[in-house]
Amino acid sequence: MSDAVIEIGDSNFEAEVLKSEKPVLVDFWAPWCGPCRAIAPTVEDLAVTYGDKIKFCKCNVDENPLTPGKFEIKAIPTLIFFKNGSVASQQTGLATKEQLEEKIKTLI
Amino acid sequence: MDKNDYDVVIIGGGPAGLTAGIYAKRAGLSALLIEKHTPGGQIMITDWIENYPGFPEGLAGYDLTMKMEQQAKNFGLEIIQGDVKSLETDSKIKKINLSDKSVNSKTVIIASGCSPKKLGIPGENTLYGKGVSTCATCDAMFFRNKDVIAIGGGDTAVQETLFLTKFARKVYLVHRRDKLRATKILQDRILSNEKVEMVWDSTATEILGSKSVEAVSVKNVKTGEIKKIEAEGCFIWVGTLPNTEFLNAQIKVDESGFIITNNRMETSAKGIFAAGDVRNTPLRQVSTAVGDAAIAAFCADQYIEGLS
Repeated sequence: MSDAVIEIGDSNFEAEVLKSEKPVLVDFWAPWCGPCRAIAPTVEDLAVTYGDKIKFCKCNVDENPLTPGKFEIKAIPTLIFFKNGSVASQQTGLATKEQLEEKIKTLI
Repeated sequence: MDKNDYDVVIIGGGPAGLTAGIYAKRAGLSALLIEKHTPGGQIMITDWIENYPGFPEGLAGYDLTMKMEQQAKNFGLEIIQGDVKSLETDSKIKKINLSDKSVNSKTVIIASGCSPKKLGIPGENTLYGKGVSTCATCDAMFFRNKDVIAIGGGDTAVQETLFLTKFARKVYLVHRRDKLRATKILQDRILSNEKVEMVWDSTATEILGSKSVEAVSVKNVKTGEIKKIEAEGCFIWVGTLPNTEFLNAQIKVDESGFIITNNRMETSAKGIFAAGDVRNTPLRQVSTAVGDAAIAAFCADQYIEGLS
């Protein structure tokens, strides 16, 4: 695990994500979710490449029930791309690195 | 030999692919496994596996995956993440084209597995991730004390529905026939579970909801009657489709798209083998996948010896 992806939660979601000056990608995950663990290395990879332009965060839905509720998340892994405090796009389920890169490029 | 050249390239990192890797490396072959996401395959989303011998207490799909991956790595299997776009199988050296590069290999073992089949009904795609799901272990917790609908009647549908009952208030299991296809032991468990209401002889026709799932329209195939069942979740387990979008016409498939092999796991293209769920096999289990893969790797080794 690198430090490229910041762990966030209910308490600091607003400060870290909604008030962020950079666009933010939040990976909503849980430890018992196989596909979440499968997509995590891809997100880490992307964070290393695009970390200077986009802030990469992850939110454990098991420990932080409020935030996923706010965004009506009913499936994980869900990645939400935020820009200027609002949802720019959303991706649920497994995705390849190329698919995620395409979405990232529209944010930058 | 170029550094992009291998004795065997394995496509797919589920139980079949990882097993092929273990056998290939132990046979002294140079081997590369290409996986689209992360090794694991479909068992990664399986809550509990209790029919794979050697684990009398049963174990989580993810844990079995991790053990297999570790075992393959212990023997030096090289694993990369990549999306196979096409295969060139004409000549002695096969070419595997990925989105960003190509690799050459004397043999290829296709172990790309299956993906969940879709119903093809309105609402299925638009509400995916908004109540529609194919992964109970991932998403069941979002439906704590809620009513949910599950669709299917095979082992996967029944096993995963049982998992849903740990969270949901009630699960309607919609099945198109009047009896389940699932293994007897699973049938007994589901039919005696108080949280489960069977909806027999029925198919889902539409998933309804504006922002998230609110109800599912269900049609009785015998009477034609359509009723709306209110639920916040809809889990779909109606079989699988082979992951074969990269195949060429030289590799023959059956009418459902599964790769045809002989009992040496050889496909119709020389030097190309197939193993696991992607093959036209009567049973798709971890235990059958690993058996296929051991044979495929063994026969790939024999094929390579025959080349020289």
